[in-house]
Amino acid sequence: MVAREQFSADLESIQKSIISFAYEVDTALKQAIDALYERDSDLAYKVIENDELLNERDQEINEATIQLIAMQQPVATDLRRLVAFLRVSSDLERMGDHAKNIAKSVNRLNVLSAYEIPPAIRDMQEVVSKMIHSAVQAFEEEDVSKARKLADLDNVVDSMYGELFRDMLDERKAQSGKHQQTMQLVFVGRFVERVGDHITNIGESILYLVKGTAVDLNK
Amino acid sequence: MQVAAAKETIFKINDLNLWYDDFHALKDVNLEALNNEIFAIIGPSGCGKSTFIKTLNLMINMEPGVRMTGEINYKEKNLLDSRVDLVDLRRKVGMIFQKGNPFPQSIYDNIVYGPKIHGIKKKSELDEIVETTLKDVALWDEVKDRLKTSAMGLSGGQQQRLCIARALATKPDVVLMDEPTSALDPISTLKIEELMTELKKKYCIVIVTHNMQQASRISDKTAFFLHGRVVETAETGKIFSNPEDKRTEDYISGRFG
Repeated sequence: MVAREQFSADLESIQKSIISFAYEVDTALKQAIDALYERDSDLAYKVIENDELLNERDQEINEATIQLIAMQQPVATDLRRLVAFLRVSSDLERMGDHAKNIAKSVNRLNVLSAYEIPPAIRDMQEVVSKMIHSAVQAFEEEDVSKARKLADLDNVVDSMYGELFRDMLDERKAQSGKHQQTMQLVFVGRFVERVGDHITNIGESILYLVKGTAVDLNK
Repeated sequence: MQVAAAKETIFKINDLNLWYDDFHALKDVNLEALNNEIFAIIGPSGCGKSTFIKTLNLMINMEPGVRMTGEINYKEKNLLDSRVDLVDLRRKVGMIFQKGNPFPQSIYDNIVYGPKIHGIKKKSELDEIVETTLKDVALWDEVKDRLKTSAMGLSGGQQQRLCIARALATKPDVVLMDEPTSALDPISTLKIEELMTELKKKYCIVIVTHNMQQASRISDKTAFFLHGRVVETAETGKIFSNPEDKRTEDYISGRFG
């Protein structure tokens, strides 16, 4: 496998960009949740602002990938790898949008009266962060079994969200007059849950890359 | 979805083995080429693809020391075990080579050469063949005013199209092409490729090509040859998006080495 060194180097370079993009998204999510618990509007604004950079990252990866497709006319696994790059990047970009959405909710919450933030949201974010790290490993190693396992963690996030949702309904009964806060917190939970779905999509892209067939992990 | 009618099998190759003296050049080749399809054969130099295509009209018998076993069924008739009329076979199975090789005669005479051998003498009939075949290869408009001038004055791409017209003039079932565009510039190549997709509506086309993009652009099925064996044969889309065999993958990805 000595041939096409430049092409291999270009593929590796895009792969590295995607991995650092994933870590940036992870940081954005963590910051958004930090801002939530610390009622830190400055941090929330920073997350909102930084989303622009994440969008640019997605653009750069798209451009580099499309240029490589045009110039190298890849086939088979190479072609699927580049298609997977586009898909993974797009999922990361959407995950970044959810971090921004959480930050917006934080800003809305911060102008309302204080409300106890349930620890479940932090727990969800931590599972999602673990998913991002596993997804990066699966992506880097093109590891099918790690990719499949993302679906299991996503199920955990889904049930955590279900539980959060039920608890918030109960609390609403207990804390009348704080409907807006309850709503915002359910939204935040929902955004984190959606991030889990996008990571599962990344798992699907890895499976497609390796096996060449479409697999639905989001069932 | 429309259900396509089953296409007629033109060639069915069963366990074909071929030796040049002691050299085992083709090993247990099994393939099927259908009418109205372009069948591409790809593989590195020396893999046996040109040898293989030359078995389909028995041109291979002109090589010294050739011995074959197995079956080359052309429309259910095994070319290896029956007495084959070679003149008739080559009328039905036309062949195009790497470089256009027109006879040093006029454009007109190049085309009517085959039909004349097969007994067509009437001028009106020959004129008709010249016009139809030149139109089929999209050369008519370019040469209709100089049919009596030498074919050697045509460009490389035009010469190749003339050779295709010459092959079509005997009304074949099959057109074999051995790297038909490797000596042509990209525009001429594109014209030949477009011509091939047009021609497959009427013929079965088997093409050997070094140009993998060409195989992926135009063919319906692709066979990958390596060391005289067929490693993999499948729908072209499958071969180029998700091949079964690692060796196919390495070859089409340009990672052979």
